[in-house]
Amino acid sequence: MNDRIPTPTSAVRVAPRIRRFSPASVVGLAVMAALVVLLAVMPYLVPLGTSYQLIDLFVYVILATSWNLLAGFGGMVSIGQQAYIGLGAYGIVVFADLLGLSPLLSIPVVALVAALVAIPISYAAFRLVGGYFAVGTWVIAEICRLVTVQFPQVGAGSGISLQSMNDAFGDRALRIAVGYWAGLVCAVVVIAAVVLLARSRIGLALTAVRDEPIAAATSGVNVVVAKRIVFVVAAAAAGLAGALIPISTGSVQPGSVYSVQWSAFMIFIVIIGGIGSIEGPIIGAVIFWVLKIVLADYGAAYLIGLGVLGVVMVLAAPGGIWGLITMRRRLHLFPIGYRLARRVGAEPPGALGGPVR
Amino acid sequence: MTVNAAAILSAVVQGVLVGGLYALFASGLSYMFGVMRLVNLAHGAFAVLAAYATLILAQTAFVGIPDPGPVLIGLLGVVPVIAILGYLLQRYVLQLTLSESPLPSLLVTFGLAIIIENVLLLTQNATPKKLSLGRAVETASIDLGFTQIGVFPLAVLVLAIVLLGGLSLVMARTQFGRLVRAVSDDPATVGLTGANPRHIYGIAAAIAFGLVAIAGIASGVQTNFSPASGGTLLIFAFEAVIIGGLGSLWGTFIGGVILGVVQSVGAAVLTKNYEILVGHIVFLLFLIFLPNGIIRRRVRL
Repeated sequence: MNDRIPTPTSAVRVAPRIRRFSPASVVGLAVMAALVVLLAVMPYLVPLGTSYQLIDLFVYVILATSWNLLAGFGGMVSIGQQAYIGLGAYGIVVFADLLGLSPLLSIPVVALVAALVAIPISYAAFRLVGGYFAVGTWVIAEICRLVTVQFPQVGAGSGISLQSMNDAFGDRALRIAVGYWAGLVCAVVVIAAVVLLARSRIGLALTAVRDEPIAAATSGVNVVVAKRIVFVVAAAAAGLAGALIPISTGSVQPGSVYSVQWSAFMIFIVIIGGIGSIEGPIIGAVIFWVLKIVLADYGAAYLIGLGVLGVVMVLAAPGGIWGLITMRRRLHLFPIGYRLARRVGAEPPGALGGPVR
Repeated sequence: MTVNAAAILSAVVQGVLVGGLYALFASGLSYMFGVMRLVNLAHGAFAVLAAYATLILAQTAFVGIPDPGPVLIGLLGVVPVIAILGYLLQRYVLQLTLSESPLPSLLVTFGLAIIIENVLLLTQNATPKKLSLGRAVETASIDLGFTQIGVFPLAVLVLAIVLLGGLSLVMARTQFGRLVRAVSDDPATVGLTGANPRHIYGIAAAIAFGLVAIAGIASGVQTNFSPASGGTLLIFAFEAVIIGGLGSLWGTFIGGVILGVVQSVGAAVLTKNYEILVGHIVFLLFLIFLPNGIIRRRVRL
């Protein structure tokens, strides 16, 4: 710590220039934009089955990114995001099949519903902290499941199939392609939303609370409001992911959409990829998606492997794969931080806080 | 739908009996949180593990022994083993996760829950199982006129009261109890006095795991269990803890009884389908209107 507080020694004091983009994030964003374009034309290039599997990847990216927003930025470990996955999935059935809205238009509507439902839930869940918050969110998800299965209109305990998607897009290939594009759009929207949120005042407040709660509170950070916004946004994202399930598979089962296994997957993806970064969950989602396709036949043994790998990662490499890649370097492919740029010749070297860590 | 008073009264009595079991489940969770601020998400999974271990012992090693021998001898063997497992797990795994942030311990215990559930799924199977004490013990009951009280559930309730009472006494009156409370308040200072906080945490974990093993086996006698039952057990334990109030063992006991009664009365007034939902909703009402639980005690930070 040989940083000096900059003192106005010279007559002309030059204000530091603050940049939000680094060379890495400019390159990173350009590569990702190219990747999104490539993914957009993918249904024309790859077999139908691959497009279908890629929808799962989009679901994992959405879930992991939003769970990371909750836990990695907001410090809220939820194991009940399946509440909103289930609401999203059943919401599509309700809006598209029962109320006659277009299935694609139902997707944003359903995300909005998930967000609205999350607001009152947050008031109950925020009474709990830490581990008890985690189990509390799970109980709320169980309540959602048990209430859903009381309604014969949505197939009660046995689930229901989504008709309107078949009616709107008769051809199977078209249906899968539409589901694929819907998934891609949702994933891009969720990542963009989380990046914007992370670089906003709220993101900064949350990072401050996570790293130094007392200092953050004395600086006037309204922790509860920031956390509530994050909770609601994460619920909307989980709702989107849930909406993609009936859009792609054509049906909903309560035991599967409200399964706590979703939470296990989200946690695993974020831990493997790297918690607290935007890049980590995306990397984790890709790894998880590949593992799932390759090892799907192993069932329980595969899940044991995931559990062991997850536990070992938490203990040995808490930063995940992205943490191992960046190590001590400051590398952001998304422009979320603040960086100080020194103007050549304006200040003596090292006057402005030295190297920004 | 006419429900008479006798049926409700009967449901209340049955609920109190089940509540003893919930209290037993909840006490381990509450104890670990009280001592080391750790919420063990694998709590239910370890209960199921204990039930399976007892089942396997009863069906292989103690086959010739007349009922209820196999399960009781199994219990005597399994509970200490799970308790030792708890000590080792705390000492060499969970200890590494204890920090300001609850994140690492939650992630590790959730991972353990998934590992245990799937190991059971792989080595056993998904079919629900039950531990048998034999017809004589399971059907023995006391007639109260308006309802019958099963002798076994009553024994579990009494056992819960005895174990929780014993643990309360140990915590309040003995040197060990003082040490545990001291470590819970300030492990670093206790370390300076020559005691090893990690060892004390380990013993606390052993107590909690022993309690959950007993609860898991008792529950395995009363209801079916399968590898995936752990989640439900964890949720019931957690609801009992929150209803009762954090940081109080007797609060946890009352919370367990309230949860049992609410579920039982809900099932009697509505239908069996609503049993668990009613319990969850009452839990939610407690969370909203009485967040400190029945027994209010300032939670130490």
